[in-house]
Amino acid sequence: MNANTTTTSGIGGSVRRREDSRFLQGRGRYTDDINIAGQAYAVFVRSPHAHARINGIDTAAATAAEGVVAVFTAEHTKDIGGVPTGWQVHSKDGEPMAEPKHPVLAEGMARHVGDPVAMVIAATRRQARDAAELVAVDYDPQPAVVDMKAALAADSTKVHADLPGNLCYDWELGDKAAVDEAFAGAAHVTKLDLVNNRLIPNAVEPRCAIGDFDSVSGEHTLYTTSQNPHVIRLLMGAFVLSIPEHKLRVVAPDVGGGFGSKIFHYAEEALVTWAAAQVKKPVKWTAERSESFMSDAHGRDHVTHAELALDADGKFLALRCSTLANMGAYLSTFAPCIPTYLHGTLLAGQYVTPAIYCEVKAVFTNTVPVDAYRGAGRPEATFILERIVDQAAAETGVDPAELRRRNLIKPEQFPYQTPVALQYDTGNYEATLDQALKAADYAGFESRRKQSAAAGKLRGVGLSCYIEACGIAPSNVVGSLGARAGLYEAATIRVNPTGSVVVLTGSHAHGQGHETTFAQVVSDMLGIDYDAVEIVHGDTAKVPFGMGTYGSRSIAVGGAAIAKAVDKIIAKGKKIAAHLLEAGEGDIVFENGAFKVAGTDREKSFGDIALTAYVPHQYPLESLEPGLEETAFYDPANFTYPAGTYVCEVEVDPDTGRVTVASFHASDDFGNLINPMIVEGQVHGGLAQGIGQALLENCVYDADGQLLSGSYMDYCMPRADDLPSFQVDTTVTACTHNPLGVKGCGEAGAIGAPPALINAVVNALNGGGHPIAHLDMPATPQKVWAAMQSN
Amino acid sequence: MYDFNYHRPASATDAAAARKAAADGVYLAGGMTLLPTLKQRLARNSDVVDLAAAGLAGIGRDGGTITIGAMSTHDSVATSSEVQSAIPALAALAGGIGDPQVRNRGTIGGSIANADPAADYPAAVLGLNATVHTDRRDIKAGDFFTGMFETALDDGELITKVTFPVPAAAAYAKFANLASRYAIVGVMAAKTGDGIRVAVTGAAGNAFRATAMEQALAGDFSAAALDGISVDADYNSDIHASAEYRRHLVGVMAKRAVGEIA
Ligand SMILES: Cc1cc2nc3c(=O)[nH]c(=O)nc-3n(C[C@H](O)[C@H](O)[C@H](O)COP(=O)(O)OP(=O)(O)OC[C@H]3O[C@@H](n4cnc5c(N)ncnc54)[C@H](O)[C@@H]3O)c2cc1C
Repeated sequence: MNANTTTTSGIGGSVRRREDSRFLQGRGRYTDDINIAGQAYAVFVRSPHAHARINGIDTAAATAAEGVVAVFTAEHTKDIGGVPTGWQVHSKDGEPMAEPKHPVLAEGMARHVGDPVAMVIAATRRQARDAAELVAVDYDPQPAVVDMKAALAADSTKVHADLPGNLCYDWELGDKAAVDEAFAGAAHVTKLDLVNNRLIPNAVEPRCAIGDFDSVSGEHTLYTTSQNPHVIRLLMGAFVLSIPEHKLRVVAPDVGGGFGSKIFHYAEEALVTWAAAQVKKPVKWTAERSESFMSDAHGRDHVTHAELALDADGKFLALRCSTLANMGAYLSTFAPCIPTYLHGTLLAGQYVTPAIYCEVKAVFTNTVPVDAYRGAGRPEATFILERIVDQAAAETGVDPAELRRRNLIKPEQFPYQTPVALQYDTGNYEATLDQALKAADYAGFESRRKQSAAAGKLRGVGLSCYIEACGIAPSNVVGSLGARAGLYEAATIRVNPTGSVVVLTGSHAHGQGHETTFAQVVSDMLGIDYDAVEIVHGDTAKVPFGMGTYGSRSIAVGGAAIAKAVDKIIAKGKKIAAHLLEAGEGDIVFENGAFKVAGTDREKSFGDIALTAYVPHQYPLESLEPGLEETAFYDPANFTYPAGTYVCEVEVDPDTGRVTVASFHASDDFGNLINPMIVEGQVHGGLAQGIGQALLENCVYDADGQLLSGSYMDYCMPRADDLPSFQVDTTVTACTHNPLGVKGCGEAGAIGAPPALINAVVNALNGGGHPIAHLDMPATPQKVWAAMQSN
Repeated sequence: MYDFNYHRPASATDAAAARKAAADGVYLAGGMTLLPTLKQRLARNSDVVDLAAAGLAGIGRDGGTITIGAMSTHDSVATSSEVQSAIPALAALAGGIGDPQVRNRGTIGGSIANADPAADYPAAVLGLNATVHTDRRDIKAGDFFTGMFETALDDGELITKVTFPVPAAAAYAKFANLASRYAIVGVMAAKTGDGIRVAVTGAAGNAFRATAMEQALAGDFSAAALDGISVDADYNSDIHASAEYRRHLVGVMAKRAVGEIA
């Protein structure tokens, strides 16, 4: 992909991101930039213990401290609902999952380090902090449970009193009998135990929330760092605070990165909204970085045993996986669906595997809640599959690329029904595999390995053929699987009388570049100037009810909604044009921004039609309403299925175990591209996070539930010098079921990269005389060195 | 951050006086360690005595000695032509500390006064046989680092400068913590007027000399001379590196440093 070859501002043009000028100049307007006259500041007192009974809280000194407006504890928030869960999973036996209450402030028991225990509100942030130190909490520390296997033991410490064994659910997917039968007849079985390491999201902008209450109108407003303001309004209004939606406005202005962690409804949001009405002042809270580490929902944290059955020709016969998924201390908003419907369903990958069975036990522990993080379930599934396929290749002596090729779903097999519920609409997996292998000069690896060996380094190559499922849908299907919401998207196209256009989208941008991409779509479809299109998002008072941005859904679902609304505009425009041009509606065609009578030179510009719609002097008023504004709700028929092949080469320093990424090549099929430059940027970001997970990032708790990786001194985020210069390109099979033929690209890098990295490290060690089957992430120098010592 | 009284004295003498007069004062150098500590309310000092205007910055060479003022930033040491020509290993060490922001603020005085077990400078001070000069006395490198975050400095004692005898040759090899970029293990190897010195930082509570290695190198200054030498120390162990791994890295880094100048 060459980002600089196109100059068009329409679909396919690498237009520079219009939002970057404000972001790069520090002129974005983030939640923390909003200050409301008279606002007070909230600081949360958080549990320093992973598990502790709270015998009492003495707030007298804090309440009496200078500037303090109020101090709230669970005693005051009794009538507030718990933080709700947006997805209900059922166990094998049909029972619904355990859904213990998640109080907004700890009620008699703190269940993880960082669990909010009290809220202190004062005139200044300093005063609130000073007073927070005066809140005396009488903790009675309890034994904590951190390890999932230990948590499942019948005699384990209970995170929730009424839940022995700490089991949230025991879920399954697939035909177990068919899988068992296939294994019985297999020529070869490969087995692997894997850990998908827990990650801490670390958006650049920490979470922030401001509650405001207008006692005259009775309207509550929450400004918050959210990826989906309408979902927050629905969950918080309906389940937590009982505020009717017409009296609750949620605004998520510029948001500095989310990666999933800002999808969820957090207690702090509800508390500032509630407290603002209590204290009759706006209440603002901004997380400190150390608070983010212990209160933003974490990601991943799976422990899996996987087995792959192959026939004598290396064809996959069956796959079975058994996974423990850490939920943390409470269920975060979408936590239950991540290890199930976004994980088990992805286990077919790009391959024809006739039988697949997956079971997942979700477990409560005394740790921060775990939920979706860039990729959400799909990286975990891809890691299992792409690791075990590589291991099978090593065991059977087949080249890893060749083994994959033998098992790929062929282009003529689409639509392809997997044994794990999903039906892939389209793809050409061999094309991306070939393109990646060629671009990465896979065939020439051996000579590079020798060069590295001459320099004293062990070189390895690793592949990963990932599949992603974006734009989770349709609503009725996800509803039957336990979703407590729809998964459509909404858009309104408001044409102004002078022909400029405002797009009100339910998608939410927090770094993705929607203001540019969506404007390209609309200007292209309407044939109008790109600069005449404005994108508005992030305010429930402005945009129609939308589901927000996560799961790489914005272009595939949000973009499709915009395209549908534009279609309605064009349809109405044709009616107006037919009247003006005295032609039949069926004779009007819309081309290059003009409504034409087909086969003639008679036409009206888009601007003429817009003006006529609002100044309807010559207008069919008896049959057509004036105005030119249309809304569409788009509910996709299916997920979209981006896929690709990643090829990575690493060098291992045998003296220290240090891994460096020598090269990384990504070939992705995202369907049609609206803005190739933005797509490339999304891939780069995803790869950086994927490499971060594979080599650097790790959330570590000690046995007492203390967070040992609670700052950047110990939690290693990827930096520019940890990364190679990425080589990326694309192939295209257009999505068959959405109007733009697009698939989504936001998570691919984070999904596909980790197994490519670990495969390369394992390959390097094996090639360097250290036979190992697997290495858990992150492949830190110490871990790699230790693996070399024992093998 | 709690409230404190702020002083910005114009000389070292005034600084020491201000510090002495304070109930619970602290010197502020680059603030790279002190300010986060204050902001996170992990420390509460009545007075902060800022050394920025106390005239303690500056680098010079006097014959066989390089003198570095306590307030000289890491960047100024890294980019000093005098340090680069006399002790390139010291310039390289300073240039490998943290990131540009840290190097433009952090100082040699602050670094060694703080005596972080993972800091780089202690390896240079010990390995190059430097002398730490204070407003009260001169402290030999070997006497300066006494424990984890512990030094020979008395309460209120002010480091004014550090002098380094120019070695015949020296090299520093660092294995950085990937997260913090501090040293998991750093080794300074040097041929000095005082003999061969090998100083290790990051590995234990404070920087120490690897005498077994020094002895081996005295007979044969080559990386191969270090083969099989395992240095005993009270090794640190944390989530990034076990004691065993640190012990191993001391050998690897020592060989790399020696190999550079052998
Ligand atoms: C992100 C980051 C990365 C870093 N990476 C590294 C690294 O890779 N390697 C490394 O070695 N260091 C590293 N550091 C530490 C940094 O380089 C500084 O050396 C260190 O923070 C202390 O120096 P300072 O000048 O900032 O001192 P300050 O923070 O101002 O002071 C530290 C302490 O020293 C005392 N003090 C300061 N000056 C004197 C003096 N003249 N006399 C007596 N006492 C004094 C102060 O009272 C205080 O107690 C890093 C720091 C940060 C923030």
